[in-house]
Amino acid sequence: MPPFPSQAEVEETLKRIQSQNGVQGIIIVNTEGIPIKTTLDNASTVQYAGLIHQLVMKARSTVRDIDPQNDLTFLRVRSKKNEIMIAPDKDAFSNKTSFLLY
Amino acid sequence: MEIVHVYTRLRGEFGRQCLFSDRPAELLVDVPPDPRLAQDFIQKNPRDQALQACRDMSEHQVNTERFESDSCGINHVEGGWPKDINPQEMEQTIRYRKKVEKDESYVNSLLTLGSVMEHCIRQNNAVDIYQEYFEDEDEVEESPEPPSAKTINVFRDPNEVKRTVSCLSWHPDGGKLAAAYSCLQFQRSSRDMSLDSYIWDIENPNRPELTLKPASPLVCLEYNPKDSHTLVGGAYNGQIAYWDTRRGSQPVETSSVEQSHRDPVYKIIWLQSKTGTDVFSASTDGQVLWWDVRRLSEPTERLVLDLSREGNLDRALGAVSLEFESTMPTKFLVGTEQGVVVSCNRKAKTPAEKIVCSYDGHHGPVYALQRNPFFPKNFLTVGDWTARIWSEDIRDSAIMWTKYQTSYLMDACWSPVRPSVFFTVKMDGVLDVWDILFKQNDPTLSLKVCDEALYSLRLQDNGRLVACGSQQGGATLLEISSGLSTLQKNDKSLLAAMFERETKREKVLEARQREIRLKERSRSEQSREGEPGREDADHGPDQLIAKAQEDFYVVTEMERRRRDANQQPPTELEDVDVT
Repeated sequence: MPPFPSQAEVEETLKRIQSQNGVQGIIIVNTEGIPIKTTLDNASTVQYAGLIHQLVMKARSTVRDIDPQNDLTFLRVRSKKNEIMIAPDKDAFSNKTSFLLY
Repeated sequence: MEIVHVYTRLRGEFGRQCLFSDRPAELLVDVPPDPRLAQDFIQKNPRDQALQACRDMSEHQVNTERFESDSCGINHVEGGWPKDINPQEMEQTIRYRKKVEKDESYVNSLLTLGSVMEHCIRQNNAVDIYQEYFEDEDEVEESPEPPSAKTINVFRDPNEVKRTVSCLSWHPDGGKLAAAYSCLQFQRSSRDMSLDSYIWDIENPNRPELTLKPASPLVCLEYNPKDSHTLVGGAYNGQIAYWDTRRGSQPVETSSVEQSHRDPVYKIIWLQSKTGTDVFSASTDGQVLWWDVRRLSEPTERLVLDLSREGNLDRALGAVSLEFESTMPTKFLVGTEQGVVVSCNRKAKTPAEKIVCSYDGHHGPVYALQRNPFFPKNFLTVGDWTARIWSEDIRDSAIMWTKYQTSYLMDACWSPVRPSVFFTVKMDGVLDVWDILFKQNDPTLSLKVCDEALYSLRLQDNGRLVACGSQQGGATLLEISSGLSTLQKNDKSLLAAMFERETKREKVLEARQREIRLKERSRSEQSREGEPGREDADHGPDQLIAKAQEDFYVVTEMERRRRDANQQPPTELEDVDVT
């Protein structure tokens, strides 16, 4: 059985992502829409958390409507200036979704 | 003959189920054929009848009621926190966050998500997603599409009593349009006519962005090209008013009634100056006034448009349009009600010298006057039923003109991007686009914008958007196709050649006229000695015709004699100086 993954691993993962080229910030949001962890300022975080949550719900329901066996694994929103990458958690409305700005 | 079947039922039996039963057929009516009726008809044999084995359809249009939409933003506030936690309290939120972070499922899911995310980021980094392929492609040879224009928006006067859009002015950056509304017909304005003029945002045709409230309806309105927040407007009662859009709807300052014009101010233009606050205005009372907008109590300078150069206001010509080109800051042109265009020099020493020369062109008021932005020596005037292009050097006539149109031309302007294209609007609601390199006899594109007369026209600086204002207060915004709004390579040189050619032609004609006059004068002086011979131009043609006839007979006589005498092959008639 693998050792109990510690918080340190979580921190390390986040740090690795943040250090990648072109990443502007990371926001981790739970189902209720509360940003748990963020590297951006509060105002932007709140705005992103509110807006993107709805988008993810819509995208997920679209995918599942077309094929109930299917599910959303990743969502990229590419705009003129940047790209928002969203990784929703597996279980439909379970706890964590995280997304970051690229 | 009416066939009636009566169906009776007892009141008490209503609502009971129907009990149907068979019964044999009953002959109700028998109508035998009547051959006498055939005499009213003519037999047609054979007869074509089209049939189609499908359902009959009819066309029907439905338009929904206008839906007014408004844009507004949403303010996001933090939410979603459980009831016992106050989002404003830093401590509580931090504590909650820490609790969530310690949760095992949080850690697991985050690790999986983290690896997924990393994979995608690496994908992104591997390929530049914003890379531009096919950069610097050679200009695609566009197939010459027929010129067209598309209506984008119509801005209607929100008041009940509709007024004419007498002037339009674009914001220097192009996103807004200022429109001056007034009733130009003499004494036609009713008491409850609103005095306001509006500034419209071109994206929102439902509601004007800003209302300007002058003391009297505005006849003309101009944005300051240097400072996009300020506007100056000329009113129907002759006053000038100055607005700052940051300060609201009321004018910051209005000129005093005694010092202003005594007639509606038809045109007002910002001048190029160090302070950027100079304007000058023209009105049908015969004056051109210069103002400094910081002090509108009295004009800084005054010019009376009296062609006899005496400054006599009674004999002054009423000015209807004005033109100023920033490349020639001392000269300006004034178009008058009498059809004369006066060229003036601002920097002349005496008022008499201010008026340099005049061009007599139109039969009616010169409603629009504009120099070609690429060839400032040539200017366009519009009045009566024609549009004319002039060259500054030729005084007697225009170098090019359109044929007489079916309705009165009200306004015109050159395209700021293509030197050979200009636009005109007419009283029958038609917008004409003329491209003189392409076709000189007719407009290249003729669009019916609306049913009522169009009074004003203005192009945006990028050359693609045109706004025209109508009598019923509707300002229509159109987009011109790219063929008419992009500069072609040879445009300038071709147009320069064309203008030169026409100017030369006019010069030659002018020189000829002068020659003729001189000859006539000298001849009349010889024949009538002592009499002060100031030949009028009217006598000229008659005498010329008589002379020409004489000469003709003399020459033919000579020729005949010569032929008879020599019996040689006839020589060509020499080119006689037919004067």
